[in-house]
Amino acid sequence: MKINGEIWIVAEQVKGNLKEVSYELLGKAKELAVKDGFPVTAVVMGSGIGALPADLIAHGADKVILIDAPRLLLYQNDIYALVLENLIRKYSPGIVLFSASYSCSELSATVGAKLRTGVAAHSIDLYYNEQGELVQVVPAFGGRVLGEIFCPLTRPIIASIKPGVFKKQAKDTARQGEIIEEPAAGLEHYQSPLKAVTVVQEHLSGVPLEDAEIVLAGGWGVGSAEVWQLLEKLAQSLHGAVGCTRPALDEGWAKGEHELIGVSGKTIRPKVYIGFGISGATHHVVGIKDSGVVINVNNDPNSPVFQISDYGVAADVKELLPKLLEKIEEAK
Amino acid sequence: MNIAVCVKPVPDPKFYDKITINPETKLLERNKIPMAINPSDKNAIEAAMRLKELLGAKVILISMAPPEAKEVLKEGLAMGIDEAYLLSDRAFAGADTYATAKTLAAGLNKIGLFDLILTGSESVDGGTSHVPSQLGEMMGMPHLNHVMAVETEGDILKIKTKIENGYMLYEGLPPMVLGVSKEINTPRYVSLMGVVKAQGKPFTVWGLNDLQLNADDVGLAGSLTQPGSLRTPPIDRKVEMLDGDIEEKAEKILKILYAAGVLN
Repeated sequence: MKINGEIWIVAEQVKGNLKEVSYELLGKAKELAVKDGFPVTAVVMGSGIGALPADLIAHGADKVILIDAPRLLLYQNDIYALVLENLIRKYSPGIVLFSASYSCSELSATVGAKLRTGVAAHSIDLYYNEQGELVQVVPAFGGRVLGEIFCPLTRPIIASIKPGVFKKQAKDTARQGEIIEEPAAGLEHYQSPLKAVTVVQEHLSGVPLEDAEIVLAGGWGVGSAEVWQLLEKLAQSLHGAVGCTRPALDEGWAKGEHELIGVSGKTIRPKVYIGFGISGATHHVVGIKDSGVVINVNNDPNSPVFQISDYGVAADVKELLPKLLEKIEEAK
Repeated sequence: MNIAVCVKPVPDPKFYDKITINPETKLLERNKIPMAINPSDKNAIEAAMRLKELLGAKVILISMAPPEAKEVLKEGLAMGIDEAYLLSDRAFAGADTYATAKTLAAGLNKIGLFDLILTGSESVDGGTSHVPSQLGEMMGMPHLNHVMAVETEGDILKIKTKIENGYMLYEGLPPMVLGVSKEINTPRYVSLMGVVKAQGKPFTVWGLNDLQLNADDVGLAGSLTQPGSLRTPPIDRKVEMLDGDIEEKAEKILKILYAAGVLN
């Protein structure tokens, strides 16, 4: 079945601020639109978010559908899904792209079930093949395997996209676009069986992992909370960010899930990545594979991690870290 | 209280780095990898067991899987689940998450009424995290995914769900479908007594004809997404080992940082 309709992206906003991934979705949608000629439409939902459409247009949206209603103040899956379901039924887009954040991937699955259409999860690539079908590339088995997903029979095609994977377009405030205001259709007679009581979100300090030019990542081989502190010190002195693998997070060394890199964490592409005590497991490595220079430090000279590195250092992390700190302080 | 836990047997994630693709058939070579209960489904079993211990409940386990999954599912019974249902039929093969949720929903509806349906927030093999939401829609129940905590206060369920760098708190009444994430608890170990008891617990196997479904609703035929080819992503680089003593190694790293422009 041909794709016959607009490409939509569902923008993700938290407290009236667009998440970076919204721009990344627009960047990918523009790329696809070059092939199929349809305009790119961004849908943005919330309360008191009248300023967001202009920002979405500046980042590539040709049209923005704005749904601004008090009941949309907090993301709540059933309410957002009902409004989106009605909106999609009204306009019949060909493709709808969502962020693969916790909330939005849940939303994409719910909307897909309501519309009885296929959903590809956590896509890392989207393109048209020679037959004009949309190929959605998704990771499986912890990133060890990449699989193609097709949605041949139903529309729209829905995909959630991992943040950090696609590139956003440069902001152009001179861009023109159309803004369509829509009511939150479907909510008039809807009483939710759930009540969202509160949202708690930590404000994070330091350089965000995805924006850092240099990332120091630690794994199980860092060995202790004391050595981990050296890693954090080194990151600070290099104005870089700290990343981690799942074992380092489970050990409680890393500060939280926002430092996790890989299939279940972030995708990063810093100028320089240095891994300390990392085993080279695929689910971590897929998150760093597009980095500039990859250096790995491991005490096992035969560690498989060196196969994915530009430079390998066979050394004890707890000896090398203080040495590096010393040298960098000297160099300042 | 009646609780159902939906469980998926998956190839054991400890072996994923060993998975290869056969260059001729383009199929995954994973037959040597042992099966295990999907990790977050074990958290769902544990969550169900804790509610049972706290409030009293009958807990059943349900799974759509090939017949050989029976042994793996017995681990759930050994953890304390009362009964198991395995939905198994050649017609179920190749199901995407939508067809899987539909099959599970048909099985659950045949078994009876549930106050809570728990499952893991995502499977470790496919990792879509779609089934909890799709199942919730098909059961016509409120549903939440990535649940980090569930508490009860009278009839009310208080549910904490995971978001980036934080959480949300919800309140609601059963029935509900919840996808639980690994933060919710630490699954218990199976005791020898549990294993012995599991042997005597009811274990029902149903095929397509036992469910109110047609062959078109299930498996590959009932799937809305279709898989294409598989590949392993190229991630290898050509490595240069930095040698010398610790001093020299540190100096060489610094040189690379200067050259890359992250240190000046």
